[in-house]
Amino acid sequence: MKASWVADEEKSKVQMMSGADMLMEALEKEGVDVLFGYPGGAVLPIYDALYKKNIRHILTRHEQGAIHAAQGFARVTGKAGVVIATSGPGATNLVTGIADAMIDSLPLVIFTGQVATSVIGTDAFQEADIVGVTMPITKHNYQVRRVEDLPGIVQEAFHIAQTGRPGPVLVDIPKDISTALGAFSTPKEVTLPGYQPTVMPNLLQVKRLADAIATAKKPVILAGAGVLFAGAENEILTLAEQHRIPVANTLLGLGSFPSDHPLFLGMAGMHGTYAANIALHECDLLIGIGARFDDRLTGDLNHFAKKAAVAHIDIDPAEIGKNVETLIPIVGCAKHTVSALLRESTSSGDTTEWVYHLSELKSSYPLWYKKDGETLKPQRLLEIIHEETKGEAVITTDVGQHQMWTAQYYGFSKPNRWVTSGGLGTMGFGFPAAIGAKIGNPELPVVAVTGDGGFQMTLQELSVLQELKLPVIIVIVNNQSLGMVRQWQEIFYEERYSQSLIPVQPDFVKLAAAYGIDAAVVTTEEDAKVKLANALESNSPFLLDCRVTSDENVYPMIAPGKGIHQMIGVKP
Amino acid sequence: MRRIITATVLNQSGVLNRLTGLLTKRQFNIESITVGHSDDPGISKITIVVQVEDDRKLEQLLKQLHKQIDVLKVKDLTDMALVARELALIKVITTPDTRSEIKVIIEPFRAAIIDVSLENVTIEVTGDNEKVEALIELLRPYGIKEISRTGLTAMPRGTQKTVYNLNQFSII
Ligand SMILES: Cc1ncc(C[n+]2csc(CCOP(=O)(O)OP(=O)(O)O)c2C)c(N)n1
Repeated sequence: MKASWVADEEKSKVQMMSGADMLMEALEKEGVDVLFGYPGGAVLPIYDALYKKNIRHILTRHEQGAIHAAQGFARVTGKAGVVIATSGPGATNLVTGIADAMIDSLPLVIFTGQVATSVIGTDAFQEADIVGVTMPITKHNYQVRRVEDLPGIVQEAFHIAQTGRPGPVLVDIPKDISTALGAFSTPKEVTLPGYQPTVMPNLLQVKRLADAIATAKKPVILAGAGVLFAGAENEILTLAEQHRIPVANTLLGLGSFPSDHPLFLGMAGMHGTYAANIALHECDLLIGIGARFDDRLTGDLNHFAKKAAVAHIDIDPAEIGKNVETLIPIVGCAKHTVSALLRESTSSGDTTEWVYHLSELKSSYPLWYKKDGETLKPQRLLEIIHEETKGEAVITTDVGQHQMWTAQYYGFSKPNRWVTSGGLGTMGFGFPAAIGAKIGNPELPVVAVTGDGGFQMTLQELSVLQELKLPVIIVIVNNQSLGMVRQWQEIFYEERYSQSLIPVQPDFVKLAAAYGIDAAVVTTEEDAKVKLANALESNSPFLLDCRVTSDENVYPMIAPGKGIHQMIGVKP
Repeated sequence: MRRIITATVLNQSGVLNRLTGLLTKRQFNIESITVGHSDDPGISKITIVVQVEDDRKLEQLLKQLHKQIDVLKVKDLTDMALVARELALIKVITTPDTRSEIKVIIEPFRAAIIDVSLENVTIEVTGDNEKVEALIELLRPYGIKEISRTGLTAMPRGTQKTVYNLNQFSII
């Protein structure tokens, strides 16, 4: 008798709450203090619950802005960026950012509203099957079917997004689930029997790599973004120095190795340095760490690292052997694996000649551009941004020529300051990502380097800058064209500039003024220095419309279908 | 190369969609796919018959399947001793003359007539691919009105030939 009385007592103590309140509670439990989003009918209960809470919400002016901002936030903080959008058009506006986060392994947790369960599947107002749409571009996704499941699903979503190889997880919440009442409960720990990422490496394989290092005469490390996700920069540095192994970066791996280090070869790949690409071509041992051997990196696979034993360290087993045949596969987190490797590998091969050869290449074939006359060279502009920010800033970019020049000329020496869309190559990414990066790391200056084309894809977010007075500096590398498209048409389509020249641009300064943001036109190097210094000094939002030479190309370059050693434009 | 792969999955909504979507996205050519739950209603077993070009592609396929959050286990049964069965229903046009002939033909296949009408009979047959194909070919001259096949379902035999090549894949 007594026992059942106690049970009833317990039950009455369990607080019933709505799905929307549960969501807020679950977000607080995950330590979320900022959301990026846009409201709408299907998420009104959620926004009402948010109203009562002390969680910061950034209202972007387009859902694409919200998700790119969340990506920027995730990239600099390492924590999941959290996004809310309404059903139908709100949800579908997120698709580009979700695909972008998936391919670049950024942790995101995305909440979409959905029409009520009673009308799902009837083509109801603002209904889109977002779970179906995002299945191939999320690490995992859910639709909440019972309100009691909501807290557990949120907990799982954060777990999946932030562990193993990070990625976006979407949770679709029907409107009636947001309003339904239920008891809040989550298990102590997430148990997902089908999801057990391997963090610690297999020591036998580590030993094999140590043995390979001990005999290699021409080893090279290719460090990718996985190094940054794992926070393994110091381990890689020790590994390289201890065994005198030169290091190349992937585009997304920039910042994982100091760019001014004598063993650093630069970025590899399509617009990488000659030294880095030749190193990958001639090496006898290639140690890929947290890099996924994307085709923009490898060029024609028939020529990629053909003389090398390939070792590949990655937390995602499916990446190993996907593109490049691998002799020594090691599944594990970069930090733990390289630590284990450092304990294991006591001797190194004689790399003196190799290191000398590569540093010769590095100094004989540096990145180059023609310095001439009055006009501002885009490459020089990037050097100036480096000088004025002392290489300390968080730099975000859009996609195109300016992105490659930033990768080549900014010189990243510290981790988590480089935010770019690598795998998907999303125009319109850079500016909203800068907003998220600034919110994630308010201490550092944030510069969004964009193209005159890409900036116009998400410029409505100027409203957010104005409203929040966020000191983000926008540098438009204005070449009056869709530069990268123009470059390809020049080289591969006999200068038939089909739809790539945009000589008529808006007055970007007036545009900024309409949003209440200070802005200036920049036409010379001197201009760039002074105005950038002022902008940094002002600690307020600023837009610089930099009129650069319009016919500049990004070199050197691996033409499509060519091998990594067949670069064009290596010399002026 | 034809491979028979089974995936043991959590019975979550959309899980089949997830796997077929994955196969399509990665350009794997699905020959058949069958699903049903195991003795635990929360866990389903999916049998996939798929054309794969080479070992590298196969390894990639197994890893990608395994990577799905709802997938508990992935097994390539192709090189194992296994039992593999398919069920086919075959509706054949008959006349009073041919009916007994058909009966004789299907007998060695241990197939059964499960429906009869004036113009046709429906035959049920269970077996591996070749057996089903063979019966269909034998019946074809009579005129086949309709065929419905379930696709293959399979599991390893209780006893296995000892060694098969464990080093075939770097890591799964
Ligand atoms: C959303 C989207 N659409 C189209 C493209 C194809 N694309 C790649 S680079 C480029 C030109 C970019 O021009 P701009 O933003 O002015 O930068 P620039 O190359 O001139 O530095 C285009 C159109 C893309 N990457 N993303």
